[in-house]
Amino acid sequence: MPRWVSVWRRNFLVWRKLFIASVLSNLADPLILLFGLGYGLGALLPSVEGMSYMAFFAAGTLCSATMFTASFESMFSGFSRMHGQKTWDAILYAPLVIDDVVAAEIVWAASKAWLSGSTILAVAAVAGLANSPLVLLALPVAFLVGLAFAAVGLIMTVLARNWDFFSFYMTLVMTPMTMISGVFFPADQLPRPVQWVAQALPLYHGIELVRPLVAGRLPEHAALHVAVLLGYAAAGYAMAIFFARRRFST
Amino acid sequence: MSALRARGLRKRYGALEVVSGVDLDVPPGACFGLLGPNGAGKTTTLRMCLGLTHPDGGEIELLGEPIPARAREARRRVGVVPQFDNLDPDFTVAENLVVYGRYFGIPEHQITERIKELLEFAGLGAREDARITTLSGGMKRRLTLARALINEPQLLFMDEPTTGLDPQARHLIWERLRRLTQEGRTLVLTTHFMEEAERLCDRLAILDRGRVIAAGSPRALIAEHIEPQVVEVHGNGHDAWMERARSLAPRVERAGDTVFVYTADASPVLATLRGQSELSYLHRPASLEDVFLKLTGRDLRD
Repeated sequence: MPRWVSVWRRNFLVWRKLFIASVLSNLADPLILLFGLGYGLGALLPSVEGMSYMAFFAAGTLCSATMFTASFESMFSGFSRMHGQKTWDAILYAPLVIDDVVAAEIVWAASKAWLSGSTILAVAAVAGLANSPLVLLALPVAFLVGLAFAAVGLIMTVLARNWDFFSFYMTLVMTPMTMISGVFFPADQLPRPVQWVAQALPLYHGIELVRPLVAGRLPEHAALHVAVLLGYAAAGYAMAIFFARRRFST
Repeated sequence: MSALRARGLRKRYGALEVVSGVDLDVPPGACFGLLGPNGAGKTTTLRMCLGLTHPDGGEIELLGEPIPARAREARRRVGVVPQFDNLDPDFTVAENLVVYGRYFGIPEHQITERIKELLEFAGLGAREDARITTLSGGMKRRLTLARALINEPQLLFMDEPTTGLDPQARHLIWERLRRLTQEGRTLVLTTHFMEEAERLCDRLAILDRGRVIAAGSPRALIAEHIEPQVVEVHGNGHDAWMERARSLAPRVERAGDTVFVYTADASPVLATLRGQSELSYLHRPASLEDVFLKLTGRDLRD
């Protein structure tokens, strides 16, 4: 068993103990938004890209909820473990190294994000918004989206000196990304340069994969979208390790 | 062979060299104390010995493993009690030990067996399911000690193990640490608490401004560096009395309103104090604290 698994299990045990509060905060918000906004806007917009607005928005919500869960877990909870509770310090007295902790934190945040994404998918399926068995392929995509955002979030964490640091990333990166990546409306109605920005960011590619699957179609350019998400996860992992080593062993 | 051996350790942060050429030798089974004022480089030295901070220069061997190259392998056989408790606040006492044992890859059934034994040792037998937030400072420190023993380490690092504890809690920790040395484990502790070093350690190194300025057993350090008797004097007129004392003893110092007289024979000094109702005094044997203050000075270190 890889060494980092013991650290993943530590986080899992905490999550299990705080299960209700954790699940509520990760799922209540996106589901309220999905049904509240989806119901209201869905009445005005009978169909978007050949699907009901509710189904369209459900695919976007799946990805954005996965993104937010992965980011919050790797940044706020991760920073609390690293900085506030000094949990990482305690782990490093054991025969583990900072690379193990980084790997465990990223996979853990992605796991928790996957749970958010897959629960939203389950709710969407029960509500009759996703009927094709193809939609099951959205499950691994959700994990990949989780990995990408967990890795990027963890870079922020190992660079952070205080909690305020995260508001820059949240406000200047995540919020605009949610607006331009096609969560609420199709990204292709945006001006060209804005689309280019969206295409350089991971959320857009997650949605490009999940939305056709919810509609019961295979996504176009799937390999490209998967490659971008994998690229963010891998590059984020490498950079998080680089900065974590600098923070912890000098 | 040494349990811990360091040669020429160096560490620089920006313009400040916090460790400048430290040599350490800790024989197996010893209780070794690293003393020094705040900022002397004690914690940095410990972190380098564990392979957590990379030194800028020097060599370290911990339980036969070169550090930092094989630090992970060495840490399998090492326990650490940090200066500030970092127990998991979300877990119970027992869960803290289970989770920590997993970091060492210890099989679950072995951890469960060890927990009973360790909680007994730490005097937390009935507290298995208690939450960390309900424990006192002394209990937390004992649990941290139990956690450090989960892998049955040959060597235990402790950074100021009793700082912030009340006398009862401190004596309990001391008693447990003596038990650990009796079991043949090597202890390396930092402290700026001289009584602790004198009671527990059979070897000491005094660290100041990143250098070892004295090393040896507590008795040897006292014999080597300081006059055997001390008279402390305070009260009205201590200034005038100090002038008289200077001719009677080799070393006389003043700190605030107290005069310290260090001498091999205190009787002439004590004779001048008899009948002086304004001055109160204390005659005592020299201690490690006197050595420490002589070598590192009386100025505040912040």
